[in-house]
Amino acid sequence: MIEKVRERVRDLLSSGEVKGFLGLSNKYGNTGPHLFCDAEDLDGLVIGDWKGPGDARYTLNKQLIHIVRKYPDDVFGVLVRGCDDRGLKVLYTWNQLNPEKVIPVGIACSQDLADACECRKPYPDDFVAGEKVEGRASDSVARLDALDVAGRFEAWLKEFSKCIKCYGCRDVCPMCFCKECTLEDDRLVNNGVIPPEIPVFHLTRAVHMVGRCIDCGLCNEVCPADIPLRTLYKKVADIVDEEFQYRPGQELYAKSPLNILMQPSSTG
Amino acid sequence: MDYRTVLTTCTYCGCGCNFYLEVLDGQVIDTIPCKTHPVNEGKLCIKGWNVHEFIQSPKRLKRPLIRRDGVLTEATWDEALDYTVSGLKAIKDAHGSDSIAFLTSAKVTNEENYLLQKFARAAVGTNSVDHCARL
Ligand code: SF4
Ligand code: SF4
Ligand code: SF4
Repeated sequence: MIEKVRERVRDLLSSGEVKGFLGLSNKYGNTGPHLFCDAEDLDGLVIGDWKGPGDARYTLNKQLIHIVRKYPDDVFGVLVRGCDDRGLKVLYTWNQLNPEKVIPVGIACSQDLADACECRKPYPDDFVAGEKVEGRASDSVARLDALDVAGRFEAWLKEFSKCIKCYGCRDVCPMCFCKECTLEDDRLVNNGVIPPEIPVFHLTRAVHMVGRCIDCGLCNEVCPADIPLRTLYKKVADIVDEEFQYRPGQELYAKSPLNILMQPSSTG
Repeated sequence: MDYRTVLTTCTYCGCGCNFYLEVLDGQVIDTIPCKTHPVNEGKLCIKGWNVHEFIQSPKRLKRPLIRRDGVLTEATWDEALDYTVSGLKAIKDAHGSDSIAFLTSAKVTNEENYLLQKFARAAVGTNSVDHCARL
């Protein structure tokens, strides 16, 4: 798998098609993000399987945004799994990245990872390595849906009460690119005070991820309190899909339902 | 263009969480928690997440200051060290080693803490060593 990725990256770099390739590298005994700029120096390149499949994934699209904000005229390659590919579509749609300046190098996820992620589409549209495996619906959402409303609310309050308000869920999210963040708005959030107001803090973020969250699960992985944030956002995405037939990252340039809601209605 | 992700250890407390500092053309622009590090396994607290901000803060203390006539003024390291040495010596001569205590930090490395207690015990001759993590 890694050889195919390396081969593709080598081609992109040696032909000069990309200025750099943002991927993952093993260095200093750990796996982390790395910008590869030399076709002859790809030894450290990995796909982020550390002890298990996909357990060393990083928010590469977010880092790509950081780079292209300063170098908008250059073309960069980036390592993408299915979720990152969904992310790119949404980021193109919201003008955060320019599709003409990004060359994704796709990998398909294993069935184990797709199961752990409860991923609907565990592969990018195009990929150079890996096999296409079945996507699946979410059992974790179904388990909570099986409770009555009071039980569900109690379960979520119990989870939210563990929050240490580190803002890691927001900071890691490749789809959180706003300059002003609602989670720092004094009208909603008591800034600089812990613990956070529950459930307002978490529900505010959940509502804000409508039309954005591409279900990568990085927020869930980064949460020091192990709050199942991904399940919450999956549920929100399900509701929006049912009501508006929209799921972020499914189609390029599809309008988010928030755009539709913001249109002035014809009856005034 | 020079883009690097530099693995380093958080200086905010003694836990030792690891993260990558994202450095673009010499500017530290973001913090990325290291997923494979056994201490923090990809997680950080709010201080760690914002560690890149203080590095370039204009308010950061970068030079030693000596209070002269009640006003903190910039000094060279040699001046500051001479001042400290003569101050410590004067106190030790007048009141003995046990009139001096050392307060060290959870924000520095083990090795630096070791050096400080060594200095306290071997050079100054006091066992009074404490640190901010007890506060
Ligand atoms: S969310 Fe899907 S595409 Fe992303 S890592 Fe998990 S299985 Fe792979
Ligand atoms: S799963 Fe979490 S980190 Fe990923 S896009 Fe959704 S909210 Fe952001
Ligand atoms: S990552 Fe977890 S603990 Fe941190 S703010 Fe988000 S929900 Fe709270």
